[in-house]
Amino acid sequence: MAQSSWFRNYKVAACVLVALAAAPLVPVLNSSYMLHVLILMLMWSVIGMSWNLLSGYCGQVSFGHAAFFGLGAYTAGILYLHGGVSGWWGLPASVIVVGLGSLVIGYICLRLRGPYFALGTLAMGEVLRVTAENMEWLTEGTMGIMIEKRTWVAKEPFYYIVLALAVGTFVIMELLVRSKWGYYFVAIREDQDAAESLGIDTTRYKTIALVISGVLTGLVGAFYTNYMGFIDPEVVFALHDISIITIMVVMVGGVATRWGPFAGALIMIVLSELIRAMPKIGTAHQTLFGVLLIVIIIYLPNGVMGDFRKVFRLVRRGAAPARAGGE
Amino acid sequence: MVQLEVFLQTLISGILLGGLYAVIGLGMTLIMGVMKIINLAHGELMMVAMYIAFWLFSLLGVDPYVSLLVTIPALFVLGVVIQRTLISPVLKVDSILPENQVILTVGIGMILANLATMFFSSDYRSTPVSYAADAWYLSDYWRSSPIELSLSVPWTVSFGFALAITAALWGFLQHTDTGKAIRATAQDKDAALMMGINVERMTMVTFGLGAALVGAAGSLFIPMYYLYPALGGKFTLIAFVITILGGLGSTQGAIIGGIILGIFESMTATYIGMGWAPVGRFVIFVACLVFLPRGVAGLMKRS
Repeated sequence: MAQSSWFRNYKVAACVLVALAAAPLVPVLNSSYMLHVLILMLMWSVIGMSWNLLSGYCGQVSFGHAAFFGLGAYTAGILYLHGGVSGWWGLPASVIVVGLGSLVIGYICLRLRGPYFALGTLAMGEVLRVTAENMEWLTEGTMGIMIEKRTWVAKEPFYYIVLALAVGTFVIMELLVRSKWGYYFVAIREDQDAAESLGIDTTRYKTIALVISGVLTGLVGAFYTNYMGFIDPEVVFALHDISIITIMVVMVGGVATRWGPFAGALIMIVLSELIRAMPKIGTAHQTLFGVLLIVIIIYLPNGVMGDFRKVFRLVRRGAAPARAGGE
Repeated sequence: MVQLEVFLQTLISGILLGGLYAVIGLGMTLIMGVMKIINLAHGELMMVAMYIAFWLFSLLGVDPYVSLLVTIPALFVLGVVIQRTLISPVLKVDSILPENQVILTVGIGMILANLATMFFSSDYRSTPVSYAADAWYLSDYWRSSPIELSLSVPWTVSFGFALAITAALWGFLQHTDTGKAIRATAQDKDAALMMGINVERMTMVTFGLGAALVGAAGSLFIPMYYLYPALGGKFTLIAFVITILGGLGSTQGAIIGGIILGIFESMTATYIGMGWAPVGRFVIFVACLVFLPRGVAGLMKRS
């Protein structure tokens, strides 16, 4: 019984996993460019899932996930630059560094609530960016860190590493969200005072969500350093290109849904590649993203997955006259 | 003696900068107090105002301080339009995360910054006013002065305008019916509604006022600052730090917070290094969150 219900719940997940694992074998997808797009998509899904844990389930909206991403990226970069070891050691090392960093950020920011927490985390991302720009002896400042020799020329190894990260994150999310902690997180999101009065140590569980979310994002950051071979503060601590896109990925896909981050990452990456390909409109990609964000917030506040029925109905109705507020 | 001179000069430029910061912070704290949302497009609105002032200067030769007459009403209208068409509908949408409005303002800011890049390119621009490098020197007025201090003309004039605008705002909030209605709405929305205040309209006016204030700040900053489309983000953060520093939604707090931040930034720039000024801003922000979570306003209430 337990076995069959497990299978029923995760049939889709198993299919997706098999499809993704087999993707490099499909000739059309096995170009350097397509694999790059797929790697980006998986990276964003991991960041999206981790943001979803902290912000979607636990309700602590972070505007500063670039802080964790950048910390992870720089852990790998600095290990390579000063430690003289492979940047891949950055992955295990970033768990410790970002874990500690998240504790500090949590200590400062988690005393804030709602939008104030959001802005606190945003400030943390900016603090780290400016620090990385100014601590030239450690980070090479705005010059950035360049990894001279990429580990592999082919993209497949990178693809399978990030796929493993994504699967691991997905499993962790499923275990967490279905555990007692997951219920605590949702309780905190719905009403922090009520959760507190029921005996949930809100600060403790918010910190747990933040640290797990941060560490997973940091792992992607460390992966990014090894994959791209170059990092600088403007890129890895970027407010718009990392922190805000993280939020958009989950908002578009669906906040607090299992598949939202994947759907969001897919939509966002495909969109940004399409927009970039268009000659005149390329420079307007932030305007288009901004418009998309506004449209999503007003019409699909729960994202593509959360408002699945609504999207479905809209698509099916198609040419039929759309009625305002057709609930 | 040189040490003292440097210190006093830094203090003066800090106060001048802080006065201008206060105007930016006031706009944000007003919106925060009444609407309970954070306007993350605040700096971008200022960027829009700066472009208005810049084009008025470059095309028509209008002095940046005269352009206040245009930027203030223009930004008021822009604020009202944004509030009516975008923010107000979202306040009614039901969703899991209440931070939707904040994220919405991020989207608005992104669009404004990107449109500015597309239309005006990302070049750095400035208004080369004739008095840009002028200054008043202490030794001109007091011949035997032991130390030499100077007051930059554009900074001082801007500071004067900032004081006047702040005083006008205070008078408006304190003594007019609309001002009182706005304060009532900030205190308790439901109670204000029951007293017959048109809360919806007050929210609109407040957002317009907040935008107009930051628009004025744009006109006041343009004689001294370079203008480029991405400048908004920096000032949004500054506005936010000031509101936290001053105490959320407190107008007096925003003024004091602005001046503290101005002094602190100019001190870090002088004694630690130019590049670290933004870090100084965040150090004071974090210190404030940890040690003084209710800001200067909380401190004033206690004593």
